[in-house]
Amino acid sequence: MFGRQFFIDPSRCIGCESCVNACAECDNHRGESMIHLDFIDRRQTIATVPFVCMHCDDPTCAQVCPADAIKKTDDGIVQSSLKPRCIACSNCVLACPFGIPKVMVRQEQMMKCDMCYDRTSVGKKPMCATVCPSQALSYVPLEEILLGRREKPTNVFFFGKQKVTTKVYMMVPETVDAVSVDVVDYMWEEQA
Amino acid sequence: MAKAPPHPELLVERYGPNPNYTPSGGWQKGSEAPPDHLVKTHCCFCGQQCGIQLKVRDNRVVGFEPWDEFPFNQGKLCPKGVKRYLQNEHPDRLLSPLMRAANGDFRGATWDEALDFTAQSLRAIQEKHGKDAVAIYGGASLTSEKSYLLGKFARVALGTRHIDYNGRLCMVSAGTAYKLAFGVDRSPNPWSDIPKAQVVLVTGANVAECAPITTDYLWRMRDNGGKLIVIDPRMTPITRNADLYLPVRPGTDVALMMGLLHVVIRDGLTKPKFIADHTVGFEAVEASVREWNPRKTAELTGVPPEAIEKAARLFGGAERAIALHARGIEHQSKGVENVLSLINLCLATGNIGREGAGCMMITGQGNGQGGREHGQKCDQLPGQRSISDPAAREHVAKVWGITPEEIPQAGLSAMEIMEAIHRGEIKGLLSICFNPLVSLPDSTYIREALEKLEFFGVVDFFLSETAHHADVVLAGSLQEEEEGITCTAEGRVVHIQQAVTPPTGARNDWEIYCDLAKRLGKEKFFPYQAPRQIFDELREASRGGIADYYGITYEKIDRDMGVFWPCPTEDHPGTPRLFEGARFFHKDGKARFVVAEYRPSGDPVTEEHPIYLTTGRVVSQYLSGTQTRRIGALVDQYPEPRLEIHPRLAEAHGIANEDWVKVTTKRHQMTIQALVVKTIRPDTVFIPYHWAGLRSANQLTHRTLDPRSKIPEFKVSACRIEKAAAPPEWSRASKAPGRSQRAPRRELRVIQ
Repeated sequence: MFGRQFFIDPSRCIGCESCVNACAECDNHRGESMIHLDFIDRRQTIATVPFVCMHCDDPTCAQVCPADAIKKTDDGIVQSSLKPRCIACSNCVLACPFGIPKVMVRQEQMMKCDMCYDRTSVGKKPMCATVCPSQALSYVPLEEILLGRREKPTNVFFFGKQKVTTKVYMMVPETVDAVSVDVVDYMWEEQA
Repeated sequence: MAKAPPHPELLVERYGPNPNYTPSGGWQKGSEAPPDHLVKTHCCFCGQQCGIQLKVRDNRVVGFEPWDEFPFNQGKLCPKGVKRYLQNEHPDRLLSPLMRAANGDFRGATWDEALDFTAQSLRAIQEKHGKDAVAIYGGASLTSEKSYLLGKFARVALGTRHIDYNGRLCMVSAGTAYKLAFGVDRSPNPWSDIPKAQVVLVTGANVAECAPITTDYLWRMRDNGGKLIVIDPRMTPITRNADLYLPVRPGTDVALMMGLLHVVIRDGLTKPKFIADHTVGFEAVEASVREWNPRKTAELTGVPPEAIEKAARLFGGAERAIALHARGIEHQSKGVENVLSLINLCLATGNIGREGAGCMMITGQGNGQGGREHGQKCDQLPGQRSISDPAAREHVAKVWGITPEEIPQAGLSAMEIMEAIHRGEIKGLLSICFNPLVSLPDSTYIREALEKLEFFGVVDFFLSETAHHADVVLAGSLQEEEEGITCTAEGRVVHIQQAVTPPTGARNDWEIYCDLAKRLGKEKFFPYQAPRQIFDELREASRGGIADYYGITYEKIDRDMGVFWPCPTEDHPGTPRLFEGARFFHKDGKARFVVAEYRPSGDPVTEEHPIYLTTGRVVSQYLSGTQTRRIGALVDQYPEPRLEIHPRLAEAHGIANEDWVKVTTKRHQMTIQALVVKTIRPDTVFIPYHWAGLRSANQLTHRTLDPRSKIPEFKVSACRIEKAAAPPEWSRASKAPGRSQRAPRRELRVIQ
């Protein structure tokens, strides 16, 4: 979209919740925040992590949806569920490897980050990435990130032999090419 | 009388703080109908003064839109900035003056009645007890126009020498030190210098929570290969990326700085030519740090000798280093000396007056810089002029149309005014933009002072806890309701636009003071029709002063996205960086090394009170909370004060996370819930101070002032702790902190 991409850099996050508050100001879902901000373990650390939807190339949430309610636009944005189709079954909530979708009780519908579709589709930056004081959430050209940052972006993740590629990038140490948190991904297993 | 009305719970019910969750017209309306227009202005909160666009519909602020083009923050906002618009159209808003009924309760009053009563009360006290028997309180959230007007009102309309402001709790230690060392009170570098430094040392500054936008400047410095040193008794959020963290013991900062300078000198990292050409006084400072070897410094400060060596070599070895500091080192009875010792380190290493090199104070309050430059500080006249300087008095008297002799001499500072009220010397007080019952130390003492006043008037838009004690409350205006200027932490003068007019029943602050001046028979000195006229007079009054605004106009600010002072003529581009070419503001052009010495805090730890207590802020609240405790999302983010305590200290007292803890100092005690964290020194506890009454951290703090800056020592008290037998009454009465208005926070789970 206009040459800019979305980058999450957890190491820059200061846990201020600007993104959480700003998300609720987005006209598509005013009053409801779609952002996840995790305090990892306040007893041990001040570290925090913000998460927007990663906008998977082949979204697991859509794969598991029994009502075919989750659609991806041509420009790669995975939208909230279609209200007339969604049965609020929570399959997507359970299946998403990143833990992003929420079933909104009041709306009886799954809603999630749509990368501020109303803003990004007309050339503006998403609300969260605009206000983020530490730019843990950034919406800038890829070249700017490659030139300017200590960390490097990746959009390849493994979840126990499930390879997921995403539109949103995660900033990782220079030596890392893909993110994997499951020991299975590091094992050799004989095919059955 | 100044006693609070008999039923405080009724006051809270009517006047709040009630959290406002939804914008005017509800959430959905904003999505359906577009705003009438967007107003490019600035946030009403901290000294960063981030650019923001307010969405206005039907003379109401209904939302915001980031202002990407404003260079300082480029659209970035902290959660306070995001939600600030919810203060507009707030159910707690004061919509008429209030006076007292016979039973002591507040009652609505007409403007004429309230203004007449205020003027008559002030005049009666002055006639009976002398002009200096009344005092004026101002605040650093006011525009510079209002700050200027207040200074003139005190000295011309009332003729009292006692005017001071809540900036006394903010920038005075830094200001005093910078004036001593450099001859001027302003951060010498623009923020754009931060990413250019090779090393940034942050001391006593919780940047992520109190100046959140500055975080990105620090991260960009690191992206460029720079190193970050953080000095703080707590690991604040910026510490997550610190290359070096020094957990200083509260109240020992000056020793740590001398220890650093000791190593710098020992290892030959000073810049002798710079010192010889551009400074005086190095030898005395050199002698003063001789004894502060790393071992001795470590014993006092609790920072390992190796870390002291490493920090000194990082800072002293860099070609370009910046020291950033804030209230952590300034809110102490040696706040000025702490800052001086940091300046000494910068001067000795030649880190000043260059791109990417300098000593920078982070101004805290919205107009903390501008608010102290133009006359509401007890010892200053407009243009950062000294009130005791005959030439300054003559210049300002001429602008004001009075004789120099008619300008009173310097008055008492904010805390000293409270002491003078206790002594019976000051009997009348008119306050705006200040909530001393929450923000000054030892709140019991402050309450007793307020109760002794014969007359207490307050101008405010919400009924603050301090205003509960007022005889008359004049319903004033919000930041977005009046045009004016502020000066940011960078020294950049910015333009606050009037986005909406005050609601019916409330009035512009400047008009309230002009109307009072009229009733005091001084109308001819206050002929203003609009803030622009006050600004034009301010420009003239500041002309030729240190903070020279003469060349700044509203139009020039809009065109250039702010103008840095000094700016002496209309074709002058402004001065983003001071001291270029190492020219300082003292007459000889040289900077001063000033010897600083360690001495104990005004409330030292003892066997009976063995733990350090320090206070500060959280990201979602601002100062005394008069505004932010009324904004729902910000309240939910941090609903009540919590006691940060290390597990080692907690376990020694049998305290678990969320247990209620009784904290006792020599003044008072309070009961507060524990937040057990490994991110604070085990000899120190921390309480944020934004709350009132039994939740107020300032019940516990002490009244010792820095002898020069008169700043209270909020950052160092002595306390003892014990597990409380039962939760306090207020915790049982208060509503459960409601996250219901917002999506629940996600429970963290391991991604599978």
